[in-house]
Order: sequence, then C-alpha cells, then structure tokens
Amino acid sequence: MAVIIEQPNAPRSRKGAQWEKRAWIFMRVSGIILVGMIIGHLMVNLVLPERGVKSIDFAFVAGKWASPFWQVYDGILLWLALIHGTNGMRTLVNDYTEREWLRKALNVTLWVVAAALIVLGTLVITTFDPCIDPNVHEYLPELVCKG
Amino acid sequence: MPTRPAGTLYRGKLGMWSWVLHRITGVGIYFFLLVHIMDTALVRVSPEAYNSVMATYKTTIIGLAEIGLVGAILFHAFNGIRVTLIDFWSKGSKYQNQMFWVVLAIWVVLMAAWVPRQLMHTFGA
Repeated sequence: MAVIIEQPNAPRSRKGAQWEKRAWIFMRVSGIILVGMIIGHLMVNLVLPERGVKSIDFAFVAGKWASPFWQVYDGILLWLALIHGTNGMRTLVNDYTEREWLRKALNVTLWVVAAALIVLGTLVITTFDPCIDPNVHEYLPELVCKG
Repeated sequence: MPTRPAGTLYRGKLGMWSWVLHRITGVGIYFFLLVHIMDTALVRVSPEAYNSVMATYKTTIIGLAEIGLVGAILFHAFNGIRVTLIDFWSKGSKYQNQMFWVVLAIWVVLMAAWVPRQLMHTFGA
C-alpha cells in the first residue's frame, strides 16, 4: 500500500491552524492546573485517609460532597482531565492511523465518549442525594431528608 | 569517518524515550479515567452498588496496580511540566536533559514517600 506522507510545511487552513493552536495551548494550561489538582485529589482520597483507599465508601463520598467546595473541585477535575485526556488520545490517533476513515471514526468515538462521560459525571455530582442511604444519619446527623 | 548523530530534542536518547513514556503513561491514565468516572457514577445508583465496586479497589491486586497508576500519573505530571518548560522557557530546550533527571528525582522521592504506606494499607487490615 502506498503511504502518502504529508508535506510538513504545507499550509493549513486558517481555521484548522487556529484550532490546533488552541488545543496546544489548552494542553499546557490544563496540564499545569491538573498537576496541582490531581496531587490534591490523590492526597485527600488515597494518602491522607487513615486506611488509604480502604477508607472510601458511600459515606466517605457523601461526607465530601456535603461541601460545595469538593463538588466544584471534582467537577472541574472531571472536565479538565477528560478533555485533556481525550485531546491527547486524538493526537495519538492522528499520528498512528493510516486510513483516513479509521482516523475520523476513532476521533469521533473519542469525543462522543468524552461528551457522554462529562454529562454523566456532571449529573452525578449535581444531583447526588445522600438520602438514598437509609443509614445516612449515622455519618451525617445534621442532614435533613425529605419524606 | 561519519559520526552518529548525537540525537536531538525528540529524536534519540532521553528526549525521545521520555516522549515515548509520556505517551504510554497518558494512554494508561486515560483508560483508568474512563473506568473511574463510571465507578464513581454508581454513588448515584445506591450505596450498595458503589460500595461493591469500591470493594474491588480494596483487593491486593488492585492495591498493587494502584502503585503503577500513581507512578504513571506522577511521571506524566512532572514530565508534562518539563515539556511546557521546553516550549515556553527560553533555556528550556538547552536544559531538557537535566530537567528529565529532575523529573525522575521528584518521582523517586514522591514514590519512596508513598509506596511503603500503600503497601501497608494493601497488606494490612
């Protein structure tokens, strides 16, 4: 099969170049923010709890998300990490696929998965209800549940 | 006699291998992220559903795999800062090799501080 190598210095369309430049800047800006936020995430959920990951259960999450701070924190982390990861995967797909239809199909799949998980994750954080646990008052005694 | 090229920023030697490792760790972290969003989504279903998926994270094998995950995240994080410095700092490409060793040193220190604790949690009660 003949492999066509693009001219590296062939001009891109202005729109395409703008998009690639923005994606490139996004990777660096989001990357620096993610370094700090993910180290914070690992400290709070994996390192500092007395029994490490064994401390995490429904009550642990309910306790954290009782505070709007952690809801916002986890929401920002979800969006930034998933877009950063998806764009990174797009870079690999663009580098390693040879067939144009496959490249397009994989990239569309990546963004569909990202959109679905961002919607899912955002809904989970914003509509989370600790009252679905009948024993919720054992660990959140102040909480008022309807019904 | 022709001499072998000494390697450039992204071709040959550390510059290339750190780039390869950055890609491999990135792919690994991406797939974990997909799983992690879905397992956390179970808090919206029921306490039982969430606690049962979390129980798999508390097994010995996943406890050990977590060391690989955190190791990949820390490498990708600090090497990513190195890449950003290469791009934006005027002396970045000149010191890219030294910066790789700094990344590795930070990685070793952080892993040495955390891995024993993780092993105690994994094999302890």
